[in-house]
Amino acid sequence: MAVTLEKIPGQEERVILSMGPQHPSTHGVLRLVLELDGETVIRSLFDIGYLHTGFEKSFEDKTYSQGITLTDRMDYLAPLSNNLAYCLAIEKLLELEIPPKAQWARVLLTELTRVGSHLVWLGTHAIDIGAMSMFLYCFREREEILRIFEMVSGQRMMTSYFRVGGLALEPPLGWLDRVKKIVDRFPERVDEYEALLTKNPIWLRRTQGVGTISAEDAIAVGLSGPSLRGSGVDWDLRKKQPYSSYDKFNFNVPTRPEGDVYARYLVRVAEIRESLKIVRQAMEGMPEGPIKANAPHIVLPDRESMKTSIEALIYHFKIVTEGFHPPVGEVYQAIESPRGELGIYMVSDGSPKPFRCHVRAPSFANLQGLAKMMEGRLIADAVACIGSIDVVLGEIDR
Amino acid sequence: MALSSDTLFLLGVAVVKVVVVLLVLLTAIAYIVWLERKLVAHIQSRWGPYRVGPYGLMQPMADGLKFLFKEDIVPLEVDRFVYWLAPFLSFTLAMLTFAVIPFGGSFKLFGHEIYLQIADLNVGLLYIFAVTSLGVYSIALAGWSSNSKYPLFGGLRSSAQMISYELSLGLAVVGTLMISGSLSLRDIVNSQTGTWHLAGTNTFLPHWNIFVQPVGFIVYFIAAIAETNRIPFDLPEGETELVGGYHTEYSSFKFAMFFMAEYANMVTVSCIATLLFFGGWHGPVFGPAWLHVLLPVFWFALKVFCFLFFYIWTRGTLPRFRYDQLMAFGWKFLLPVALLNILATSFVVAWIGT
Repeated sequence: MAVTLEKIPGQEERVILSMGPQHPSTHGVLRLVLELDGETVIRSLFDIGYLHTGFEKSFEDKTYSQGITLTDRMDYLAPLSNNLAYCLAIEKLLELEIPPKAQWARVLLTELTRVGSHLVWLGTHAIDIGAMSMFLYCFREREEILRIFEMVSGQRMMTSYFRVGGLALEPPLGWLDRVKKIVDRFPERVDEYEALLTKNPIWLRRTQGVGTISAEDAIAVGLSGPSLRGSGVDWDLRKKQPYSSYDKFNFNVPTRPEGDVYARYLVRVAEIRESLKIVRQAMEGMPEGPIKANAPHIVLPDRESMKTSIEALIYHFKIVTEGFHPPVGEVYQAIESPRGELGIYMVSDGSPKPFRCHVRAPSFANLQGLAKMMEGRLIADAVACIGSIDVVLGEIDR
Repeated sequence: MALSSDTLFLLGVAVVKVVVVLLVLLTAIAYIVWLERKLVAHIQSRWGPYRVGPYGLMQPMADGLKFLFKEDIVPLEVDRFVYWLAPFLSFTLAMLTFAVIPFGGSFKLFGHEIYLQIADLNVGLLYIFAVTSLGVYSIALAGWSSNSKYPLFGGLRSSAQMISYELSLGLAVVGTLMISGSLSLRDIVNSQTGTWHLAGTNTFLPHWNIFVQPVGFIVYFIAAIAETNRIPFDLPEGETELVGGYHTEYSSFKFAMFFMAEYANMVTVSCIATLLFFGGWHGPVFGPAWLHVLLPVFWFALKVFCFLFFYIWTRGTLPRFRYDQLMAFGWKFLLPVALLNILATSFVVAWIGT
């Protein structure tokens, strides 16, 4: 039985409108139930679960390494961020030391992921407000980033490239040249997008003062990421709780005080630029060395030693057939995904499979702010608000 | 009573004109769709249609066939009569406007002066406004009869929008009417012959109304975009808000009729802009006699094409207004500007007249 809003007695002339799950601008399969007075939204209700996949339960039935493939599919616009959060949680449990080259590559790739994810957001957000061409431009640029992912991992979207203890493979020769090409050209492209939107009077009218949420409300409902920073709260886990050696990189955290759709737009566009700065630093400072931690009972040996050393072969066999046994305990590891705080809460009972793995999905928390933003606004604003918090349904319905 | 041979001849000519205009217009509409897809594609760094025929030139035929063969789904809860009526009304009204639009000068055939126009009404402009304002019925009725929420919102929005912008549209052209002193489109164009003379010297600027009515033209063109429901004023069908707006529940050929009507309306308003502000078919004419007939038609088509190009260009660039902003823009900005323009024009016309 679908969720619906009951009409208030005495207000029967109001329309209850079901928006989604098949609607062009609900970003996947979000369903909204809106109570409308004319075109004004009086109340709203969100109905999620149309993309329910049962990932969290599935984690319990897979070894720690196998679980990585599931994380790709949660936030399908930022697979590498999910990989990172999951791996970091297990590494925290195991207290593994990750070699610097792997850390730098992780930072580089997750920041490229952020750029790619923000490009999809910008394209879809713009098309929601009617600027059709932006969508195509953004997807054109994202293609270049996906090619990098394909180059290093063999997959465009379902990368599963980060593994417990480091990276899956040594990145191919010449990948940094490709990254350099993107980093060199990108700021110019971002200028182009800004030229189309940032000062466009129609864009300003559609976004300024729309979907405002105060810093207190934003914190109260648990917003995070750019949606929170758009309300003027300077909170970025890369700075506040550095992981994966983010403290060695130099970057700013853009914030805007207004808390409206336009502020969130500006924050994300500025983040694209900051991410490119981090990518450049990671690219230029990429250290040499191993890409996997020195932990033979956890990290798969390379092919060469597997074929020449009996110990490596035994470890390989053990890891693949049984998995590894982390100590009993529980950890929570959060990272700053493109959408906000992506946390993995992992409980280990000492067996090769997690006892429980809960995901704190940023989209899920950010969705809670939407009702506040949409209150008393028009339908067209509701669409702009949905776009501005950048939800990914795969992550909400885990 | 036997008809005289002259009357029969003129009747024949009228029929030929109607058929030719309809054929050309329908083909033109089909190729405007192709042009739009190509242009927007290139703006967005894509290729657009290119599979069907060279440069995808047969794409309009393929689209038309597709519409014809699609299943015609009629939802159960619709008001059947009105639901059927709306698309036909929309298409017919869009076609009717072309009855009074002149495409060129005239030529002699068997001793008869033949004008390149189906009917030269002395209230041609009023006729066009009358017919286009009826167009709002088709959209409102489509939205209402579908008995569904999104089309209803679309229908309501467009009724409000078209009525508001119709006012500015009508007032914007009043200035040109005062200058040319006629409502017949042919007379208005003929009043724009030659070049502007300023203080006795020839400026070599064509004698077009745009140079004396720039404000009128800008108001007209903005209102015309709103009137034809195009970006940035395409709220009645804003697909990211209202799915498909008033035509959400329509499929197959009934949808195609709405679609064609929209493009026909684009052509209409572009034609009127050309006729009222850009001297219609006037342009350099040279060469043998047959060129003297064809060149004006070419100039006319070229000018109309420029407007259509502008329409498509806007679509590739701008975001969409919000409903309340659109209404505020129409009533609080366009309407006063149009009124001031009329006031200023009437003072100038009166001053020169004395």
